[in-house]
Amino acid sequence: MSTLQIADRSFASRLFMGTGKFGNLNEMSAAIQASGSQLVTVALKRIDQLAAHDELIAAIDLTTIDLLPNTSGARTAEEAVLAAQLAREALETNWVKLEIHPDPRYLLPDPIETLRATEALAKLGFVVMPYIHADPVLCKRLENAGTAVVMPLGAPIGSNKGLRTLDFLEIIIEESNVPVVVDAGIGAPSDAAKAMEIGADAVLVNTAIAVSNNPLYMAEAFKEAVIAGRKAYEAGLGPISSRAVSSSPLTSFLFD
Amino acid sequence: MNDFKEILDQYSWEEVQTKIYGASDQDVHHALNRANLTRNDFMALISPAATPYLEQMALKAQQITQRRFGKTIQLYAPLYLSNECQNICTYCGFSMDNKIRRKTLNNTELLLEAMALKSMGVNHVLLVSGEANKTVEINYFLNAIELLKPHFSQISIEVQPLEQEEYQLLQAAGVYAILVYQETYHREVYKKYHPKGKKSNFDYRLDTPDRIGRAGIHKIGLGVLLGLEDWRVDSFFTATHISYLQKQYWQTRYSISFPRLRPAEGSVAPNFHLSDKHLLQLICAYRLWNENLEISISTRENESFRDHIIPIGVTTMSAASKTNPGGYVVDPQALEQFEVSDERDMETIKNQIRKMGYDPVMKDWESNYSGLVR
Repeated sequence: MSTLQIADRSFASRLFMGTGKFGNLNEMSAAIQASGSQLVTVALKRIDQLAAHDELIAAIDLTTIDLLPNTSGARTAEEAVLAAQLAREALETNWVKLEIHPDPRYLLPDPIETLRATEALAKLGFVVMPYIHADPVLCKRLENAGTAVVMPLGAPIGSNKGLRTLDFLEIIIEESNVPVVVDAGIGAPSDAAKAMEIGADAVLVNTAIAVSNNPLYMAEAFKEAVIAGRKAYEAGLGPISSRAVSSSPLTSFLFD
Repeated sequence: MNDFKEILDQYSWEEVQTKIYGASDQDVHHALNRANLTRNDFMALISPAATPYLEQMALKAQQITQRRFGKTIQLYAPLYLSNECQNICTYCGFSMDNKIRRKTLNNTELLLEAMALKSMGVNHVLLVSGEANKTVEINYFLNAIELLKPHFSQISIEVQPLEQEEYQLLQAAGVYAILVYQETYHREVYKKYHPKGKKSNFDYRLDTPDRIGRAGIHKIGLGVLLGLEDWRVDSFFTATHISYLQKQYWQTRYSISFPRLRPAEGSVAPNFHLSDKHLLQLICAYRLWNENLEISISTRENESFRDHIIPIGVTTMSAASKTNPGGYVVDPQALEQFEVSDERDMETIKNQIRKMGYDPVMKDWESNYSGLVR
């Protein structure tokens, strides 16, 4: 299985994880470990920057895992840029998962603010990973703005509804010059496998693992599904046909 | 778009009441099996017909809450600024006609109280005051916020209704949420409980969430004082208010609280009793109707109820609260606004939350998000 390159780093695991919603930090840290993930996102707003020792960060094995701070809670490009700068200081990384969802109900990303923030952050030298709608045109605009990846949603965040945006994800994957990471809505390992089979470069999963009755086991299941889906993509899936094809009824006359 | 007063005026209290009490078993079944619930479904779920389905409602509420908010409970504590008040509210310990010692914290006292909260690990603070428009007014609040902002990641306030321009100043100063309870949506009953003071103006209070919304505050907290009137009807109107606000101010978060009337100095006993069972039913009904609503439970409720509600639908809890100005260190003897029922300290409550399989969250906001010019 090929590795995934984003900016200056390569990842053997194509499963990224979130750190929210877990019942306790031990459960979180065990699940992350079981997932094999090497990139884990954490909300800046959850980190106590004044404390010498943040419990959430302490629960993550930083020898094998890179932190991806996110700007969750920001409603505007300005707030997100400030958050990214604070995160760079607090967590010593110039990577940022850009989340601007001014709609607090469904946490839907604001495409206009996200594009503005991507432009600003790319200029400031950040590796920008924006969470967006599955909008192929927006993806191209973000590429021009200097984004490192695009992170289109499969369904509303936290909904576990799966790849409701499948048709648009396929277009994005077909057209993209940067890695495509399917971010939200992945509810089951089969959703993750499907995303990988259609050629997504990685998936990010949080709710489906964190809220499971057995997060550790679920993390393993996602790990295996992502590997299976990626291998299938690399091997090349056969075409789907609804009936058996035995002859060439339209062209056989040529050989009569 | 109509303002909320016009919407409210389209309803008759009695008709709503009749509709709620007339909900059938079948209405409840429909509500329980629908994916996106309407306010009619909400009516069915708060009706007497739904009470036998409480276990089913609780299970569904748990699933929805876990999916949306995770296995986490956010904790905060109130900081009472003042018990001065120019209102007469017949149920409240701070009521103007109560002959109690009045106190408003000065800067030193405010910081002492803040440090006491910090030492308990509190990072989200709710500033509360009576309504003394001459002394505890916008400049007092702005000063308090300026003093407290370096110490807390999230500052919310629950004070008298203010003007939109004043809310804009609070937003710019870094206030995250504003809580203002309508107490009751029954106009005549409201008048009876609030005979004197600025608060006696029902319509001004009713319009307050709109002024907060227009000022761009991140979160608005709503609720009614459960016990003043029929909680079912009042809750229907609260839900109606939330639904209106969500469409108007789509960038705002909404939270709901369930203040049940508690004994307070010189106050009248509640007219309508809301049992634990019905409070639970109400909480579940809100969750099933609105997946994204933040649900907050205060220390008015007793330990056992608070413990058991953790995995059902709440997202936010206050803890180790003192409801008197200076109550943490400055003047612990001052009169409380209401009697706290759950008196456990912060560590005990955090451990209890952990015991229920949930993560107690002390910080879930970045103070730098609040107050940026929009």
